[in-house]
Amino acid sequence: MIQVQNLTHRYGDRSALSNVSFEVRKGEIFGLLGPNGGGKSTLFRILSTMMVPTAGRALIAGHDVVRDPAAVRRQVGVVFQTQSLDKALTVEENLRAQGHLHGLRGVVLGERMARAMERLGLADRRRDLVETLSGGLRRRVEIAKALLHEPQVLLMDEASTGLDPAARRDLSRHIESLRSGEGVTILLTTHILEEAGRCDRLVLLHQGNMVAEGTPAELRARIGGDVVVLRTADTALLASKIEQRFGVRPVVRDGQVRVEMENGHRFIAEVVEAFPGAIESVGLHKPTLEDVFVDQTGASIE
Amino acid sequence: MSNFFLAAATLWQRELVRFWRQKSRVLGVVASPLVFWLLIGYGSNDLARFYSGALVLTVMFSAIFSTISIIEDRREGFLLSMLVSPAPRSSMVLGKILGAATLAWIQGLIFLAFAPLAGVSIRPLELVPVAAAIYLISFTLTGLGFVIAWRMESTSGFHAIMNLLLVPMWMVSGSLFPMSTAHGWVKALMWVNPLTYSIALLNHTLRLPNAAPGGMESLVVTAAFGLLLFLASVIMAEQKATHSAA
Repeated sequence: MIQVQNLTHRYGDRSALSNVSFEVRKGEIFGLLGPNGGGKSTLFRILSTMMVPTAGRALIAGHDVVRDPAAVRRQVGVVFQTQSLDKALTVEENLRAQGHLHGLRGVVLGERMARAMERLGLADRRRDLVETLSGGLRRRVEIAKALLHEPQVLLMDEASTGLDPAARRDLSRHIESLRSGEGVTILLTTHILEEAGRCDRLVLLHQGNMVAEGTPAELRARIGGDVVVLRTADTALLASKIEQRFGVRPVVRDGQVRVEMENGHRFIAEVVEAFPGAIESVGLHKPTLEDVFVDQTGASIE
Repeated sequence: MSNFFLAAATLWQRELVRFWRQKSRVLGVVASPLVFWLLIGYGSNDLARFYSGALVLTVMFSAIFSTISIIEDRREGFLLSMLVSPAPRSSMVLGKILGAATLAWIQGLIFLAFAPLAGVSIRPLELVPVAAAIYLISFTLTGLGFVIAWRMESTSGFHAIMNLLLVPMWMVSGSLFPMSTAHGWVKALMWVNPLTYSIALLNHTLRLPNAAPGGMESLVVTAAFGLLLFLASVIMAEQKATHSAA
């Protein structure tokens, strides 16, 4: 449904995206995960036809985003990170204006509006001014607005930013029901691990490069085994000693020494035994997407 | 084609609804030229002479106020969703400019209510050409605001342009002194200043003094300038962005 081929973008001298390629299948919830400045927003702007890439190409529902933006715009609903609602208008007025921009009118538009508001639980707020709504509700209006013309693809940029955990869960419930109910393909950008974990597949972006691709489970399995986190006064010293003695490759980050390995519990016993008194605390967890990102880039997401 | 007008009409309507819900805007736009006009007019004992200039200033403030919102609206606002909709950019420009021009026009008409103070009495039938002239001037100044605002990254840049370009442009347009008494290069500036023709057009339709250049010339220049700015707005809006959102 979405094909990205060798997409490259530069802002002047600064490279924002280099040679990114991936494919999103119909009905998938696909995530672009990475820190701010990783290239997600650039990719989002190109896919939503707001910006022309320096090189490479992208197709949505078979239409080239550069050569045929009008066709792409008819197939795509866009939810922006910043607000795209008119705060001085009511929910209904915002939706009606959006419908008109897509050439919808009259009875058809009325039905579409009613359905979109129903689906996102906005029916009782239809006459409220947008400026009186909470962040979570506004986000839902944005989605209702993006769905009015019944697009095959929904692009969402950091859709859960600024929402509290309850509103965030509510949002992902709506996203899931869109996919299962209507078969809408969803591409979202995020730097929130929990949200990324709910995607069917992910691409990890770092400094404009694609560092990994796969399902959340596949990505976690890349690390395999466990992640052991050690806290100590002199992290560099401990890391080099561990490397010499155990032949593993520790990473120092945020004042901690991290080691990825099978059978972490056995390693913990050995390492505490080997350096008595040097280790202040020990932690063990199954790999998270954050660990995958650290493993691939040496940097963290959040 | 019907989609073109539907999109333009919805944007035009949006401007009016927003305006209706923020009525205090009227006061802000009409009040300062009004105070300005009354002070300078009573002070010099010649309200008639400064009337057209003050009316054009009202229209200009309103046009600038409306178009300045494009800068924010495009980054964080309704304009964003227009940019990713299949509606042609030209319909978006038309709707925005007609809408903002209508607001400027309404405020110009409010200012027109003070015309008797300048000794101008308007018969009902005369209202038609006067209102038409004010709309044309509103359209032109809104187009000017659009062309300036479209490429701007921040509203602070707009204020600089307002102070360095628009206000001086207004000062040498016949609003404060007539072309006939101006000297040397200022006179030349007035001659090439499109606003000069707007002021003259108003002076003609209101039968006020200092109506030079001539009526037809004023009408043609103002209309041509408006059309030119509109076309420039469409061309700018249709350009593809390679940088940030636009």
